[in-house]
Amino acid sequence: MSFFGREGRAQLVPQARLAGPMPWVIAIMVALTTIAAAGGLALSNLAQAARAELSGGLTVQIVEANVEERDRQAELALSLLANVKAVQTAERVADSELRALVEPWLGEDIGAVGEAVPVPALIDVRLSGAVTESRLKGLRALLKDKVPAAEVDAQSSWLAPVFAAISSLQWLALGLVVLLAGTSSAAVWLAARSALGSNRATIEIIHLLGGTDAQIARIFQRSIGMDALLGGAVGLGFGTAAVLLLGRQFAALGSGMIAGGGLSLTDWLAIAAIPLAGVLIAMFTARLTVLAALRKML
Amino acid sequence: MNMPEGDIVQFDNVGLRFGAGREVLSDISFTLYPGSFYFLTGASGAGKTSLLKLLYLAQRPSRGAIRMFGTDVITLPRAKLPGFRRRLGVVFQDFRLVQHLSTFDNVALPLRVSGVRESDLAKPVADMLEWVGLADRADARPATLSGGEQQRVAIARAVIGRPDMLVADEPTGNVDPDMALKLLRLFEALNRLGTTVVVATHDLHLLQKVPDSLIMRLDKGRLSDPTGALRYPPRRPFARTEEDRA
Repeated sequence: MSFFGREGRAQLVPQARLAGPMPWVIAIMVALTTIAAAGGLALSNLAQAARAELSGGLTVQIVEANVEERDRQAELALSLLANVKAVQTAERVADSELRALVEPWLGEDIGAVGEAVPVPALIDVRLSGAVTESRLKGLRALLKDKVPAAEVDAQSSWLAPVFAAISSLQWLALGLVVLLAGTSSAAVWLAARSALGSNRATIEIIHLLGGTDAQIARIFQRSIGMDALLGGAVGLGFGTAAVLLLGRQFAALGSGMIAGGGLSLTDWLAIAAIPLAGVLIAMFTARLTVLAALRKML
Repeated sequence: MNMPEGDIVQFDNVGLRFGAGREVLSDISFTLYPGSFYFLTGASGAGKTSLLKLLYLAQRPSRGAIRMFGTDVITLPRAKLPGFRRRLGVVFQDFRLVQHLSTFDNVALPLRVSGVRESDLAKPVADMLEWVGLADRADARPATLSGGEQQRVAIARAVIGRPDMLVADEPTGNVDPDMALKLLRLFEALNRLGTTVVVATHDLHLLQKVPDSLIMRLDKGRLSDPTGALRYPPRRPFARTEEDRA
């Protein structure tokens, strides 16, 4: 089956590699898919890292305007929390950190924390295991009588809207990947039909000489597969460059949360598989298109 | 239907029309036998090419029955048609060479379609090109060949697979008398090896060059039988031996 197999030296469907629009269309699709997929994976990693960090964390705020009373209740809360088995660590957030937190809004010259502007004392608590509603209720009950100014909140609850937004972005990225795959298939379908049209005379001859539909489909499949491979490699190059550039710019933000959104080796392997998936989709689409067209011939 | 043994093709009351137009072929019934040499004659527009298209399975008839190599090819599933087509050699009136392939690759096409390995096809293709006088044009593209050369490539492509039946539509239309005779001798040689040959032509001189040939004449889409070629039992035996020829 040399002519229709690997060794064939004569090219039945004439083709100039990367000269036609098909490889470039595929390159653009693969580049966009790479960026969308990398974005989706980075968001997923970011959400996972943030959830892992926040799942066992809760914050106790001592909302008391009187500085001495606030300090007293904070010390009492710390000593009570220290006796709770589920509490791994409980540390009061230093005044300097609190000052840094409120500085963007209140300016540098606010004096000692809580003097000019009353700021709650914050206790950062880490539990062994996730913060559940029942654990929250238990801790609130523990502090309720002796530390009346205490407010206990799970840290993850503060970021729930952020997680929801990240989740939406992940779905958006997935939707983009699916849409791009569909668009690529449509482009291949059009290219295969066009190639069929321009090579109709050749196909009829092969048909009349006893060529089977599968043989003819294989010729187009291989030809479009080569286009997809070349276009995919170029697209992966562009896409990866864009992802690395974006990654560098986000890393420069220095945000702890965004730092969790890096791509792992598995993610990069998944991204590298995009052009291969593109080749498979292109070959499959070309095969179906050509077979459907050939079935209309005798 | 009472089929004689060993027939290659049997047409029974076949009609062909395109769309809602009139029938271009009507009531065509005949039987072709192995090893016979037929000329199909008729004026331009008589339906020769349409009849040949039915013979080389490029067209299904509008009515009637066609059996080929003992099989009803009208009801045959599409997927099985390639196997039948590989048993046929066709010389198209317009040659139908693949324009971007070389002479060598055009001639090699039927062998490659049939799955012959590259290492096994170089010699038969070279021999065939030598025979039709195109050995020195093996790498030439069809566009650079003369009409006669293209016709010889088309003939070489049709016969290289040693088909059971050769169907040729005006195969000598573009070649000089010497080459026409040479090509006819090639067809005869194939015929002697057992290939049934059907040559459509309007060149009446050609008919005399193959004395054992049988003539089918088409007139306005209907078949007449001037030499009894279509009669059964045949007026003379069609399957000839070397002894008969001697």
